[in-house]
Amino acid sequence: MQQFLDTTLGGLVLGAVYAAFALALCLIWRSTRIVNFAQAAMAMVTTYIALTLINADVPYWVAFVAAIAAGFGLGAVIERVIIRPVEGKAELNAVILTLGLFMVLHGLTAITFGVQHRGFPAPVSTNAIAVGDSSIGITPFGILTIVVVAVVMAGLVVLFRFTDLGLRMRAAAFNGEVSRLLGVRVGRMLTLGWALAAAVGAVAGMLIAGGDLVNPAFMDPFVIYGFIAAVLGGLDSPLGSVIGGLILGLSLSYVTGYIGEHLAPLVALGILMVVLLVRPSGLFAAAAARRV
Amino acid sequence: MERLRSLLRPVTSVPLARHLIVALVALLVVMAVIGMSSQYLQTRYAEMAYFAIAAGGLTLLTGLSGQLSLGHGALMAVGAYAATLVLERTGGESLADVFVALLVAIGVCAVVGVVVGVPAARLHGPYIAGATLTLAVAVPRLANQWDVLGGEQGLQVPVPRASELPAWIQDLIWFFTAVEIDQYSFLAYLGWLLLALTFVALANLSRSRVGRRWRAVRDDDVSAELAGIHLGRARVVAFTVSAMCAGLAGGLMAMNVRLTAPGAFTITLSLTLLAAVVLGGLGSLTGALIGAGVLAFLPHFATDLGESFGLSATQAAEVTPVVYGLVLMLVILLAPAGIVGSLRPFLARLSATSALGSTKEKTT
Amino acid sequence: MRTTARRAVQVVCVLTTASLLAACGAGKERPSEEGTAVGVTDTTIKVGAHFPLTGPAAPGYSEIPSGHQAFYEYVNDAGGVHGRKIEMVVKDDAYNPTNTSAVTNDMILQDEIFAMVAGLGTPTHRAVVQRLNDDGIPDLFVSSGSLQWGDNPETSPMTFGWQPDYEIEGKVIGQYVAENMPDAKVGLFLQDDDFGEDGEKGARQFLDSQIVDVQKYTPGGSTDFSPQMSSFKSKGVDLVIGFNTPSYTALSQIAAQGVGFKSKWFYSNVGSDPALVGGLLASMTKGKIPAEQGVKLMDGMMTTEYIPGVDAPDDEWVKLWQKVWDSYSKKGSEKLTNYRIYGMSQAYTFVQALQANGKDLTRESIVETIEKEGASFEGPGLAPFRFSEDSHMGISGVSVVEIKNGASEPLTPVLVTDIGDAPIEEDDSAASDAPPSSGIPE
Repeated sequence: MQQFLDTTLGGLVLGAVYAAFALALCLIWRSTRIVNFAQAAMAMVTTYIALTLINADVPYWVAFVAAIAAGFGLGAVIERVIIRPVEGKAELNAVILTLGLFMVLHGLTAITFGVQHRGFPAPVSTNAIAVGDSSIGITPFGILTIVVVAVVMAGLVVLFRFTDLGLRMRAAAFNGEVSRLLGVRVGRMLTLGWALAAAVGAVAGMLIAGGDLVNPAFMDPFVIYGFIAAVLGGLDSPLGSVIGGLILGLSLSYVTGYIGEHLAPLVALGILMVVLLVRPSGLFAAAAARRV
Repeated sequence: MERLRSLLRPVTSVPLARHLIVALVALLVVMAVIGMSSQYLQTRYAEMAYFAIAAGGLTLLTGLSGQLSLGHGALMAVGAYAATLVLERTGGESLADVFVALLVAIGVCAVVGVVVGVPAARLHGPYIAGATLTLAVAVPRLANQWDVLGGEQGLQVPVPRASELPAWIQDLIWFFTAVEIDQYSFLAYLGWLLLALTFVALANLSRSRVGRRWRAVRDDDVSAELAGIHLGRARVVAFTVSAMCAGLAGGLMAMNVRLTAPGAFTITLSLTLLAAVVLGGLGSLTGALIGAGVLAFLPHFATDLGESFGLSATQAAEVTPVVYGLVLMLVILLAPAGIVGSLRPFLARLSATSALGSTKEKTT
Repeated sequence: MRTTARRAVQVVCVLTTASLLAACGAGKERPSEEGTAVGVTDTTIKVGAHFPLTGPAAPGYSEIPSGHQAFYEYVNDAGGVHGRKIEMVVKDDAYNPTNTSAVTNDMILQDEIFAMVAGLGTPTHRAVVQRLNDDGIPDLFVSSGSLQWGDNPETSPMTFGWQPDYEIEGKVIGQYVAENMPDAKVGLFLQDDDFGEDGEKGARQFLDSQIVDVQKYTPGGSTDFSPQMSSFKSKGVDLVIGFNTPSYTALSQIAAQGVGFKSKWFYSNVGSDPALVGGLLASMTKGKIPAEQGVKLMDGMMTTEYIPGVDAPDDEWVKLWQKVWDSYSKKGSEKLTNYRIYGMSQAYTFVQALQANGKDLTRESIVETIEKEGASFEGPGLAPFRFSEDSHMGISGVSVVEIKNGASEPLTPVLVTDIGDAPIEEDDSAASDAPPSSGIPE
């Protein structure tokens, strides 16, 4: 029972990070109809920037903000310079392009920062919270993770639902031509979409790195798990992405805890195929059918 | 000269015969080159051969039928494990053992190809990319599930000692190259022989009715379906053929690396294969060969280059993936047809067609 | 016909270009056919080794080659061994067996090494042992305590171990725990390969009834061990014995804290360096406490020891290592660590073997020399080597120590034994060996 509780709590924390990551993929998909396979590598780069600052004795939270800012800038530049030419072209092109970007960012980070495994501190304790004599399987850092993801999510809801900027972004993504005629600067909105997504990805990177060792490959599992979480929720739906992330986090935590870590990717593949073949528009999609 | 040409015409006008002649000439040249090379270079050529076989299969899939697979590393793993398990049981000492192992690798991958190909045929674009990428990560981890697969540290692969090869092969090699065959050259010869056979088979397939169907599906699936082509079936067949190539490549890789372990089949391997195919130009076998050559030889150049710029050895090793990644990006941004594809209009002016052209080109 | 010809030309061009390009970079000489002294000239000996300079096993282990290189330079500057200078090629395998196979191929065919010396890792080196033995290449002093390097010289005649094997280490740990903590509920934390398996084999000789849970990890896999630690916690484990590499010591500690699992810890020698693990722990902890304080996090952990380390600066051997390191380290700023001492100690044994071999050096002669004389080599090891024609096992004993303030306090004298059911005996005789005044074995 204790183990089940611990595994569940662990899964929720992991799920929160997947959710943030899936949310980032979802933002990009909504704005440009591209799945960004370089998302994990981009988040890895921003996490390294934060680590460099932390090791130079910059306070953790300043480094945290710097990572988000770096993500924002990186996302905008990548969209403008690299992604713009393939927007609206054959979808294979965008896939290959982002995979290439994944490899380049990976290698450049390794060359710049080295390939060693390095410790990454957490801002709050990573010791289990004690309850009487015993303790429960969640740490203050785990709680912080869930809170941060919730705040990010709420922020995005406010942006898209209640601000003029959010409305323009939604319009640009929904129908570029019409929006352009109505005076929305569509290109700028798409850039903003990528920038926001990369900033959310940067948050996920910081949360996964805390209290762990990082190396240029530490975000690699997110290439597939983030994608699966997003597809689980329907790629189009931010709320779906979050729930997809939580479901995936819990499933993988149970698999790792009770069967074996090596089967986690296989189970993830199983989940993905079932969703794609049985409910292609994701668990929470709106009515419109989706071609997968 | 005119008479010679007219005498040869019946031969050269049959695709199979033409492909066989090209393959045979190329093979003889390659054998001579391998024979003259150092053992170290021979291992590079052997590596180039199995990369080319896998890239050829992937080229067929992506270039001809328009499907993407980032899971070919996983299929190579399946082939490698299948071949290794057979070699472990037979001892792997004779030439027959080697061929049995490779045939089993191809067979197993054909089955896996169907199993993966059926659901894959229903996916497109980013979905098939994500699914096959997951496959590439998931399959090698199965080695940790069953003891017979050796876990993380993998299985040792027995390879035939050159002295135990049949005498006629030893004589034949000596006759052509004036160098005694040894373990390294044997694997290089074997790799290139199988590469030649594979490419002849693939070139013919793409020229056949099956190949024309694939191109029709790739170029416009709706019209293809209206024309009576069963979309799903065409895609599954393409996936299976390409899986068989990956299986053969995996089997050869096992013999060359002499170890089959999950650590060999990383995401990077799958992405690297994709880089080879994209570099060469989707759909071109010659391109796949060039791409494979780059895979086999680039890492050493790139590492040396990196070191000459003052990088440490471990940093310099990262130059290679950066180059692959840049290749993927630049080709997509600047020359979506790849190297061979970009040269094709130029070459087309010189002559008619090349093996895996589009349906839009006139097939003469 | 023109198409055919053109395609043939195309293919040939590709191949020729490829081979020409390749020829520029690579060695052009075939290795000599006699083969027995490849890599040796009148003035040089070239050896090679694979190490994890990157990847999950790199922290700590990547420092070992710098110890080798410093000691070889020290010896070379004093005139070398029988007039030959030692040159060492180091290649990174990232602790991935497939890479080990590839870089070993390069070292044999391209660098043409005389011998492999100190190749590191159980899963990694296992991938190339057969290859090295098939090709008759000496494979000396493997940096791993797996049994397979030395327990069967008939199948691997060229391979020799160096450090105490994991089975005898497991036996000593097992006996200590059985005698001193008979009520402990033991959990084993194992690397999922021969490393963990050999250690488990030794420990089970004494602890079979006390072991209540076994958890494993895959190097290079997940770095989150909460599930494993949860399992220990739920089974009531109060002593964990770990056969794992250093990063995984740090990660298991973090995960244990994360799930609130409290226990005594006993890590095998290879995973227990207080300075390194303490530093890693410190860097991962809240507020990033200074690395020097990280060693405190290791207090109370038990481990074993078989060579003197940095915590014994007055030891004659450590003084020698410090002297060598001060003058020959590549970057003056880096400190002497236990991993560099490990490398220098191994290098010492290799130089000793070369000295004993005499001027006429071949691949066969070095193996014969170690078999005949290795058991009497005096060195930093606390216990003698077991080298003979029937055994290629390395150092024969360890002592159990507890870590306090980054230093180790002995809990037992040196305990010497062998694999199988050989008895465990106290034997401090080799611990008093002192280095020659030149610092170079004679």
